[in-house]
Amino acid sequence: MNLLQALPIAMLGGLLGLDVVSFPQAMISRPIVAATVAGAFIGHSNAGLLIGVVLEMIALDTLPFGASRYPEWGSAGVVGGVLFAMQPLGSRGALPASILAALLTASISGWSMVVLRRIIASRLERARDRIEEGSRNALISLHLTGMSMDLLRGALVTLVAMIIFAPIVKAIVAVWGSDSAPSRAVVVVLAAVVAGGALWKVYHSVRHIVWFFLAGLIAWTLLLVRP
Amino acid sequence: MVRLPLRVRAAMYFRLLALQGSWNYETLNGTGIGFVIEPALRHLPGGIDGPAYRAALARQSRYFNAHPYLAGVAVGALTRAELEGVEPARIERFRTALAGPLGSVGDRLVWASWLPFCSVVAIGVYGLGGSPLGVVGTFLLLYNTGHLLLRAWGLRIGLSRGLNVASALGNPVLRQGPQYIACAAALIAGMAVPLALQRVAGPGRALAGAIIGVALVGILVLAKLRERVEGWRIALGVLAVFVLYSVIT
Repeated sequence: MNLLQALPIAMLGGLLGLDVVSFPQAMISRPIVAATVAGAFIGHSNAGLLIGVVLEMIALDTLPFGASRYPEWGSAGVVGGVLFAMQPLGSRGALPASILAALLTASISGWSMVVLRRIIASRLERARDRIEEGSRNALISLHLTGMSMDLLRGALVTLVAMIIFAPIVKAIVAVWGSDSAPSRAVVVVLAAVVAGGALWKVYHSVRHIVWFFLAGLIAWTLLLVRP
Repeated sequence: MVRLPLRVRAAMYFRLLALQGSWNYETLNGTGIGFVIEPALRHLPGGIDGPAYRAALARQSRYFNAHPYLAGVAVGALTRAELEGVEPARIERFRTALAGPLGSVGDRLVWASWLPFCSVVAIGVYGLGGSPLGVVGTFLLLYNTGHLLLRAWGLRIGLSRGLNVASALGNPVLRQGPQYIACAAALIAGMAVPLALQRVAGPGRALAGAIIGVALVGILVLAKLRERVEGWRIALGVLAVFVLYSVIT
């Protein structure tokens, strides 16, 4: 993938990355949305949706509580969605390799958010006297600069990730040794384990919660065994 | 009570969506509160160049922390207090007192309940064979109905109650809502997650059964270790090993 091909994808990554914290937090940055939109962006929305669902299950483990450090899924969803949708339909190894790339992007992008917050704090330090005097311009400039830098951050992360991971994923798919079915099964089991563990982590204190989950599981089993 | 023109309230609501644009480790979303409240402060005596405006803007841009969706409660209440000329020391005390509850109530209701609920619903729609537009549309419509209404409610209740807004946090939706949403999410997750996994993995009852069986064991292990490990990091590690193995064999 060359720079010219990666730029529109980077802009999409920037926009969806902006949604994570800065604006408008409408959760268009969730992987189920970001990966699907990214897949549609290159003409394969179904592939984007498939990887988006798997990433969404994994993302349930990292909810954006306050000042905690968490992976950034907006740009990562775009990277995962595009990488998976770029591979020929039914490619062995495309799903695990694309998810691995998306998870690494999410982790690096989460770190870039920490760096951005420190940069904003240092800009605030420089503008503190003016803000303490009630300067409207200083406050609005700080705020809009913060948002612009966040947009740029998401775009840069997406651009770098695409340039690095696109050839790697292509190469992995080309030499993949495992069968297709076990490859998907490993991904699916991992996603299920992380999603289940994540839901337990947030809901374990709610009374009778296990019974509700089991009732849902029984309903699924009935659907599965119906003739 | 001070009545703000509709366009000012609309500007504040729109700015609420960008509340965290300058989020940083020094003031958290304090500068964001200043940014959101600014259009209303122009109505202080002396206008934008007056000392009252400058003092209020400086005060509102100091450290503050709240859940972004519930920050409207604080914004509304602080706006009213500033416009009614409440003593600055009292406003400062109120800001300090309100930050904690708005953070914890919002985290419980939104991040730990509403967001996972909407996610599992969307995953369920996918499992039932939903199209990309259907899945994404369901998620965004459902999630943002709650999101945008919550922000609007917060701003309205804050403006109408002013410094007496604390009682609004006793609203049944905020208090008991997370519990009911959690039960609904668990019920739906029990169906939705296996259905979605079945669609991702492909046809075959035996494969689906085996996947769910192995996954349940994994979930039990992860549940036991819930405070000590992060599931997504384990997934990253296992996947890296699996990809490496598949490439070299």
